[in-house]
Amino acid sequence: MHNVLLHIHPAKVSEASLRFNRTFGLGGMAALLIVIQIVTGILLRFYYVPSPADAYNSIIFLKSQVIFGQFIRNTHHWSGVFLLLIAFLHFLRVFLTGAYRDARKINWLFGLVLLLLIVFSNFTGYLLPWDQLAYWAITVGTTIISYLPLAGNGLRTMIIGGKELNAGTLQTFFNFHTAVLPFLLLVLVLYHFWRVRKAGGVLIPETDEKAEMVPVMPNLVFREFIVALVLLAVVLIFSALVNAPLHEKANPAYSMNPTKAPWYFAGVQELLMHFHPFFAAFIIPAGVMVFLAWIPFIRSGDKPTRHWFFSEKGKQSSKATALFAVVITVAGILFNQYVLNFEIAMPKIPALVSNGIIPLVILLFLMAIYYWIYIKRLRLSRSELVQVLFVFLIVAFIVLTIAGIFFRGKDMELTFPWRV
Amino acid sequence: MNNRIKHQEEKDNPTKSEISRRDFFGLIWKSLGVLVGIEVLGSITAFFYSAKNKSTTVAKQLLEAGPVSSFGMNSVTAFMGGRFYLARLQDGGFIALSLRCTHLGCAISWEEKRKRFICPCHSSAFDINGEVLNPPAARALDYYPVMIENGIVKVDIGNLKERNTFNKEQLTYAQ
Repeated sequence: MHNVLLHIHPAKVSEASLRFNRTFGLGGMAALLIVIQIVTGILLRFYYVPSPADAYNSIIFLKSQVIFGQFIRNTHHWSGVFLLLIAFLHFLRVFLTGAYRDARKINWLFGLVLLLLIVFSNFTGYLLPWDQLAYWAITVGTTIISYLPLAGNGLRTMIIGGKELNAGTLQTFFNFHTAVLPFLLLVLVLYHFWRVRKAGGVLIPETDEKAEMVPVMPNLVFREFIVALVLLAVVLIFSALVNAPLHEKANPAYSMNPTKAPWYFAGVQELLMHFHPFFAAFIIPAGVMVFLAWIPFIRSGDKPTRHWFFSEKGKQSSKATALFAVVITVAGILFNQYVLNFEIAMPKIPALVSNGIIPLVILLFLMAIYYWIYIKRLRLSRSELVQVLFVFLIVAFIVLTIAGIFFRGKDMELTFPWRV
Repeated sequence: MNNRIKHQEEKDNPTKSEISRRDFFGLIWKSLGVLVGIEVLGSITAFFYSAKNKSTTVAKQLLEAGPVSSFGMNSVTAFMGGRFYLARLQDGGFIALSLRCTHLGCAISWEEKRKRFICPCHSSAFDINGEVLNPPAARALDYYPVMIENGIVKVDIGNLKERNTFNKEQLTYAQ
């Protein structure tokens, strides 16, 4: 074991890379959570039956008859949630410290693929309990697919194997969740780590380049061990205290009110409340994904600083943009909900225009005003501009997600979190 | 190293042959690789689709709803087992409406007081014909063909029809 630990590390690392606030250990945490998922997932497989008739009962059995059954299920559920959150934070960290340039370009893309695989793992796992929550969340989540232009309907039918969720869907999701996705995840995580090491390890600011090289053992290995233990403790304590949700058995004839997509798609669902589905489910998400994948290939011309937020100006503009994104997103939600519903206000115009193009143009116009009034005066470099756009999109996405999870109650009306 | 020099010589001396032996074999290996790739992809596709086409040959799944006389004018009856609402309009026409909201697929419910279908997910509303009363839903409710044989109303629940709006041709009348 000792040898293995030393073998997967370099012999020496820079002292500067050991500082906790350089990486917050997020990548390592995500790797540990994947290991937890694999171990608890294998245990759950011994009891779980992937058929609509038995799936729910097998979970009731697990909860009520099996020693630690409820605890293992909780651990699997919550560490899945943590994994998505930690991987998202890792993605933010990598961007905001500029660790996606030069030798790390391709690894940025693989990181995005890993993030998507983690989302799909969560999504496929969400269906498996076959309770009301699972059934309707996946119904809503997969129906969003059918709004993709041209192929959408066919794609949805192919994914769920019919017009509505059925035994085949459950088997397909189970197979992806317990075989295809974990296998891909494992292979790509190893590759992801290997490329980090090949790129020279954790990226450190150039001002720290002269920092001393220290042996990995004990300097890095002990630090990793401590982070791992703390994370493990947090996951286990949380799982001991909070039960994973389980509602009544799925009933295809009766929808829950409200019915929400899984929480990580709550942002997209919130967007669907405000934009025509073609924009909410396709144009906007696809545009954001293309932008994210394109980031390392944008020619900046400026010398990378590798500091958090690039520079002082970068930090200042990011803070202001985050504030702008919060204000405009919240205002947009409230305005659309209470003041003007574009689709109802313009019944003669196709919804694609009245509820798609028009609000999008208004949004872009407001962003342009913000740019002219504030951002332009800062004379930001290309990298800092990309960062401003990134911060705007991420913060808007977070606000939408929070609104969808915590502020949508009965009939999907806006309400306060304690009434949801 | 020696080989590489030789290889270079071959390249520098095009009169000897247009394609060197090494390049030729390289090309063959690559073509074989592509061929194997196509075979594997084809096999996987066949593996997934061969059984599916066979299992969907069921023609008609008729569900007997009941005698015509048991459905009043301007009434809606729920058939949760068949996942549809059987509506009889004012003029006596029948239509079997799918209970899936056309927005995001939630199950709608009939509100007798206001004579309309309501979706609990995003508050889309539909009238008794299945026509949209309130967005976000954009299309009228899907429906199943209704047949009336010997005074018995039957619904073909294996044959879901999609439509954008309601029109009279979607209705079935008792003779």
